[in-house]
Amino acid sequence: MKSAMKTVADQPGAHLRLVSDRAAGAAPGIKLSGVSKTYRSRDGDVPSLRPLDFTINDGEFFVVVGPSGCGKSTLLKMISGLLPPTTGEVVVDGEPVTKPHGNVGIVFQNALLLPWRNILSNVMLPIDMKQLPRDKYRARARELLKLVGLEGFEKKLPWQLSGGMQQRASICRALVHDPKIMLMDEPFGALDAMTRERMNVELMRIQRETGKTVLLITHSIPEAVFLADRVLVMTERPGAIAAIYDVPLPRPRSLDSMSDPVFTELVQRIRKHFFTQGTLD
Amino acid sequence: MAEAKSPSGLSKVLNAAWVRPFLFLVVIVAAWDLAIRLFHIPAYQIPSPGDVVAVLKTDWPELLRQSWPTTYATICGFLLSAVFGIPVAMLIAGSKTVESYVYPLLVFSQSVPKIAIAPLFVVWFGFGIIPKVISAFLLGFFPVVVSAVQGFKSVDPDMVDLARAMQGSRFQVFRAVNLPHAMPAIFSGLKVSVTLAVVGAVVGEFVGSNSGIGYVMQRSIGTFDLPTMFAALVILALLGVVLFWIVDRIERLVIPWHVSQRDDIIFAS
Repeated sequence: MKSAMKTVADQPGAHLRLVSDRAAGAAPGIKLSGVSKTYRSRDGDVPSLRPLDFTINDGEFFVVVGPSGCGKSTLLKMISGLLPPTTGEVVVDGEPVTKPHGNVGIVFQNALLLPWRNILSNVMLPIDMKQLPRDKYRARARELLKLVGLEGFEKKLPWQLSGGMQQRASICRALVHDPKIMLMDEPFGALDAMTRERMNVELMRIQRETGKTVLLITHSIPEAVFLADRVLVMTERPGAIAAIYDVPLPRPRSLDSMSDPVFTELVQRIRKHFFTQGTLD
Repeated sequence: MAEAKSPSGLSKVLNAAWVRPFLFLVVIVAAWDLAIRLFHIPAYQIPSPGDVVAVLKTDWPELLRQSWPTTYATICGFLLSAVFGIPVAMLIAGSKTVESYVYPLLVFSQSVPKIAIAPLFVVWFGFGIIPKVISAFLLGFFPVVVSAVQGFKSVDPDMVDLARAMQGSRFQVFRAVNLPHAMPAIFSGLKVSVTLAVVGAVVGEFVGSNSGIGYVMQRSIGTFDLPTMFAALVILALLGVVLFWIVDRIERLVIPWHVSQRDDIIFAS
């Protein structure tokens, strides 16, 4: 990782700084130290992630890009406490993670709404699981649905909504219990290109209005650069950090930001990682 | 016919869900009657529909009285297969160890012909209701287990992870995610089970009983009273249809959200 930093930093294009840990001293949102994962199988051990060290700051929009099967989803499961790391430690909010801590909201590629619950009670699922007072959070659920433009759909069943609407409802579900962190595993991968762009703009607005720390995993380099404060580029399996880039685009960003030379140059630079080591998908 | 005046009214009647199988049944009965007349099939081989209807009419009180024990044994056997089948399926789906021990034996037990071992239950439990219930239970149990295992196993692991990440306990996650997800599969198993339970109860009555529709059939075959035998078959078919229909109604009440119950159209693009 050190050598990757050097080579990129030595290249011209000074505004595309490569940053390791921007705020290592401050109280971090998520801190990974030496975290690795090896799956045991009958054919022996399968390394999924090589030891990772990085910190995600509070309120940061952090995006991970990498080829298929580089252990991105494993990373997400370890941060949410669903999967123990083989080595190292994940610390969320100063607390070491050993079991599900509930301080995360998760959005998967599929909306994964429960077909027997209406939209409102789907959004309320975390409240039921955490056994929080329903009455208090129902108002919040309605507000969130309004925030993503699903007002009036509370009583509909999931299949009555389009894919984009379902995904917006699942974002509400990730936010309803007011977690500090949102973990998103290729959240818009199943949507068409137009809906996807709209959802990106919307996600940035939601993140700005709620101030959540977001860790988003994606295959799309433009999407990563468009959304992120920082982009982590991963290598092929077993996954390791190839580089971490700062995205110096000003906020608020719009779709016009994608024609900014800073944007295109950074996209090019990240793409090079995958052309030198293989393909992205 | 009043409906004949407006073609839409007539087509509405023709399209009603219950009319089509009924019409088909009428065609089958007509073909049956026609075949007997055309091929001169003697009455001791196949009775004519008219004879069967006549028996149904005259012996109605007796047939009704005999159908109660069969119905009772069927329902008891069916309920037992649901009460035992669903928890067994939960255990099999929930634990690889339980699955590896129990599932192969369960499949093995299915290849034992129940009719062959039914007399054993008479030896053990006498001529009462118990052998029939056990026989109905044994036939109804397997489809419930197989369908429910498939239902419990087909839940999306990401969905379970999502609920677990929200600190849901194992029981909470099961109740909120796994169980409702398995419901459609459980019900398809129950529907197969209820019709097989009728067969099981009749098998139980065949081998040792002095009441029930199975007993009526056994007795009428002994005396070559084929119209009564066929009338008993009609009663059994009706019993199966009614019980199936009841389970189907319950399914609609319990899982109104499922694809098979939707007749609404998608309104949002």
